[in-house]
Amino acid sequence: MEDVVARIKEKFSSRILKSEEKSSRRIYLDINPADIPATAKFIFKDLGCRFVITTGTDTPAGIEMLYHFSQDSSGKLISLRALIVDKKHPQIESIAPIIKGAEWIEREIWELLGVNFIGHPNLTHLLLIDDWPEGKYPLRKEER
Amino acid sequence: MSHKVVLPIGPYHPLQEEPEFFRLYVEGEKVVDIDIVIGYMHRGIEELSEHKHFDQVAFLVERICGICSTSHPFAYVNAVEDLAGIAVPERALYIRTIIAELERIHSHLLWLGLAGHFIGYNTVWMWAWRYREPVLDCFEVISGNRNHYAMMKIGGVRRDIRDEDIPVIKKTLDEVSRAVDMFKGAVMDDPVIQARLKGIGILTRQQAIDWCVEGPTARASGLNIDVRQDDPYGAYDRVDWNVIVQKDGDIFAKTVVRILEMHESVRIIRQCLDKMPKGEIDANVKDIPPGEGIGRVEAPRGECFHYVRSDGTNRPIRHKIRAPSYMNVASNKVAAVGGTISDATITLAAVDPCYCCTERVAVLDKNNGNSRIMNGWDLIKLSQEKTEQLKKVIGQWKI
Repeated sequence: MEDVVARIKEKFSSRILKSEEKSSRRIYLDINPADIPATAKFIFKDLGCRFVITTGTDTPAGIEMLYHFSQDSSGKLISLRALIVDKKHPQIESIAPIIKGAEWIEREIWELLGVNFIGHPNLTHLLLIDDWPEGKYPLRKEER
Repeated sequence: MSHKVVLPIGPYHPLQEEPEFFRLYVEGEKVVDIDIVIGYMHRGIEELSEHKHFDQVAFLVERICGICSTSHPFAYVNAVEDLAGIAVPERALYIRTIIAELERIHSHLLWLGLAGHFIGYNTVWMWAWRYREPVLDCFEVISGNRNHYAMMKIGGVRRDIRDEDIPVIKKTLDEVSRAVDMFKGAVMDDPVIQARLKGIGILTRQQAIDWCVEGPTARASGLNIDVRQDDPYGAYDRVDWNVIVQKDGDIFAKTVVRILEMHESVRIIRQCLDKMPKGEIDANVKDIPPGEGIGRVEAPRGECFHYVRSDGTNRPIRHKIRAPSYMNVASNKVAAVGGTISDATITLAAVDPCYCCTERVAVLDKNNGNSRIMNGWDLIKLSQEKTEQLKKVIGQWKI
């Protein structure tokens, strides 16, 4: 079975800011938000890894995005980490045009954390009510 | 066909189990598009998790679902154990596996019954749910509860399986085995059921990949993926069992996967009961260090994924939860399109969503722009009527 981590590191060596193999089946790769679409496309289309979900987290340094992919044949979970530093107007290019399965989670992160996904086909409310007040993002720490 | 224009009232109804809303666009009888509207059960659990300490979170996430209630705690404790590098005692791994597989059996039986009801086979419904009872009794013997068994704990399990309980479990497995054999014959061989489910609600292999589905929904479309096999946890790599894969991607294939998986669950539990060593069931974890971890399990509906981040205090600072139905329900955007309104209920139910039946469905005729509100019962009735028509043509079978 293919060593997908080696292939990602080989293709995107200049773009990987940090890499951590926490265990044989848990790998975290830090990249710039701008590199997410190309890397995600490579992992999904070329390496045939399944997109699992995206985790968005509000941190003091910015909105941290984790894109989780699974190489089912090896059980490896590869998580791409991208930090969106601008918390006033956080935005990142959508991967929904590449991966249909990512449509819903980007809507969810948009409404719960306020990240704008550029190029998303349908950025509307998924979980929250349609007239939810603008600017109120429930998963942001300042909302507590 | 003319439809009246009706103002939608909303997806909540006192008599329905769980609320959700589908808007079907039809041309005549054929479904040409579907809007899926969710969020009515959004309870802010990821947020709540940050206000509970690590042990409490296991109880919180157990209540995400009543049918697959152990899947979320199992994935959660796996995530924290991944974060902190905790080694779980052997006996606890086997107990966890037994609990998870018993749950798979009763969850699949529940689905089988519902599917039977939707297509008008109420006998299947009664039988399937009748054979759930001994499994739920088993849970009561082990944990004190028929649902929400509170067995998963970071570092182990909360209760042991006593030697005197093992004959009860084994007897239940014998009953379930006989029931599954009966369903194989009566359900899978029935020509009317085959006519009703074969070629219906197809999700092709490529669509299954594009929509990132998992679980029986993916395996019925030819994808050999199962977390128990791919990223083993519990005791799954210590026992022999098979991943069930079918290739047609239709509702019949999904039915076959679930029926045959129950046989595999029985096999797994029997081996676990025999191989389970004596010993500790709890690693007695006190503190969780800073870090992040990912845990996943193969729930009855597919991959249940939890991500947990800790800063060294006694609560998670981020807890991401992704239930299997999140991906699988979205795939109805393609699977439910192209079929007829009478097939809509069974198609939407075929991914075994974590809600039982369509609450409110708006049917919009694209040709004349008229819309009509049908509730879950209207659609089930249409589905059952289709079966009656087929029975007239093909002839009544065993049930």
